[in-house]
Amino acid sequence: MSFLEISNVTKIYPNGTQAVHETSLSIEKGEFMVFVGPSGCGKSTLLRMVAGLEDISQGEISLDGKVINKIDPSERDVAMVFQNYALYPHMNVYNNLAYGLKNRGIDKTLIREKVIETAELLQISQFLDSKPSLLSGGQRQRVAMGRAIVRNPKIFLFDEPLSNLDALLRIKMRLEIKKLQREMGVTSIFVTHDQVEAMTLADRLAVINNGIIEQIGTPIEIYNNPQSIFVAGFIGSPQMNFLEAELNNNTISTDSFIIPNFLCDFNGEVILGIRPEHLSPSKKGEIKMSVDLVERLGSDNLIYGEINGKNDFCYRSPGNVSVNLGEQLSLNIVENKFYVFDKITNKILN
Amino acid sequence: MVIPIWIAFASSTHDNITILTEGMKWSLGDQLLKNYNEVLNQTGGFSKEITATKMFINSFIMALGIAIVKVIISAMSAYAIVYFRFKWATPLFWLIFMTLLVPLEVRILPSYQIVSDLNLTNTYTGLILPLVASATATFFFRQFYKSIPDELLESAKLDGANSWKFFIDFLVPLSRTMIAAIFIFMFVYGYSQYLWPLIMTTSEQYWTVVMGMKIIFMESYEGGNLPRVAERFAYIILSIIPPVVIIIFLQRWFIKGLIQTEK
Repeated sequence: MSFLEISNVTKIYPNGTQAVHETSLSIEKGEFMVFVGPSGCGKSTLLRMVAGLEDISQGEISLDGKVINKIDPSERDVAMVFQNYALYPHMNVYNNLAYGLKNRGIDKTLIREKVIETAELLQISQFLDSKPSLLSGGQRQRVAMGRAIVRNPKIFLFDEPLSNLDALLRIKMRLEIKKLQREMGVTSIFVTHDQVEAMTLADRLAVINNGIIEQIGTPIEIYNNPQSIFVAGFIGSPQMNFLEAELNNNTISTDSFIIPNFLCDFNGEVILGIRPEHLSPSKKGEIKMSVDLVERLGSDNLIYGEINGKNDFCYRSPGNVSVNLGEQLSLNIVENKFYVFDKITNKILN
Repeated sequence: MVIPIWIAFASSTHDNITILTEGMKWSLGDQLLKNYNEVLNQTGGFSKEITATKMFINSFIMALGIAIVKVIISAMSAYAIVYFRFKWATPLFWLIFMTLLVPLEVRILPSYQIVSDLNLTNTYTGLILPLVASATATFFFRQFYKSIPDELLESAKLDGANSWKFFIDFLVPLSRTMIAAIFIFMFVYGYSQYLWPLIMTTSEQYWTVVMGMKIIFMESYEGGNLPRVAERFAYIILSIIPPVVIIIFLQRWFIKGLIQTEK
């Protein structure tokens, strides 16, 4: 049995909204699991059920071999970092860190030791006497993390903790969280809607949509082998291009080009998915695209154009290639890296 | 504002005859100690059982009691209304809120009946009890609690705070500026009560300052004495001291409570 088992968990709110549908998931000890999905997909609800802040309508969650459905949040031995930090505004940093320990009736000198140790680990020792209102966003974030770390919980829960930070700080904190988690080896669940965050942090990630886990796997697995259109579109930036196509007798035909020798039993309407980075220019390229817009990122150019009446087809070229608006490009798919999805079930075919 | 108070003060330092013959005074006289001493220590009332000092003590106890109990009750009822999701929380709140429309004066006879049935006439409890429920204060506390983010509660829960601890460790310290502001309002409200103590007390031992203002030197008109105007001025000046002292002590928090919330 895994460290954290979520089995057939469903959440139905009193007003009838079903936020999570019969979800099952297991997380191993020490693993960094990321829940990623668009807002309102139920990822936070799932996390909050693990924390005990939401009731579980159906199903069972067990942590370290014990079913925790009916256990009070304070006794589950979980720690959570909230999006807006939820620091205690009237307590100084020291007391913010110590509060949870005090409630557990831990000896004062031991509390002191632990708080100081944690503060050093997070480099917030010099702020121990300050109130949270005097700290910057990044420092508050550290205090919030400290509050979780100091209790030495069985599991860390992060509820979009980086979304209130500015872009640079977010990248920095992301690295720090990852490093800390590695060092401490604490099982963690991290909820985010940012797929870059998800990809960089996760040991494994769960892509959630409409209360259902669409796919679980390592970031690279999910990037390379998305199982559904949703996952394919959600992971990867810029988004994967989707084109309507027909699959007949092992040949995929779109309005303007065909891909032969696609071995598959399926015949009928399909969606063809091609990542912008899996295209390369070629004189004999079958995909013809007229350039409408170029976004120059320095290292890369994102070139948008029209294919088969679809306007925002994207091709990612190296930054040193110069492209003119209105130019006609001929592109090829690199190493047969494309995805074919059943148009009706939205599931992958290859 | 200041000028009338100054005239009252200046007049309270002259003797009665000067004021009766020359009118109120702008300048200080030489009777300050004598007048104030007389006011504080001379027994007054119909049966000469009470001094002004005792009335000040009574008023202070009453106002303090009302203010303290009011703050506690309204903070706790607001806590219940906001954080405990029982079925009738919202209608209950509006019911409490509606009592704003029913001031003490409207329900004064029933209130008297209840207090007298409980044998609480001529007690401090009787003076305080009917005035401690406050819709206004409950409303302010409710609004404040509603502005506290849910994450704070959730985070506290994960840190092992039960509902009682959350109230004591979080809501009370967070709302302390507001508590100070409400305390001052309620203290002044309790201090300036007139009708209720007038009806409630038959023993002069429980007279309060505001009642005394009318009654204390009543005898002065009887038996051809001169009206004791100077002493009355002295009494008035003394009567404004307790609320002013409370405000001075709590004003730092009071102003904070009115203009900002610490979050």
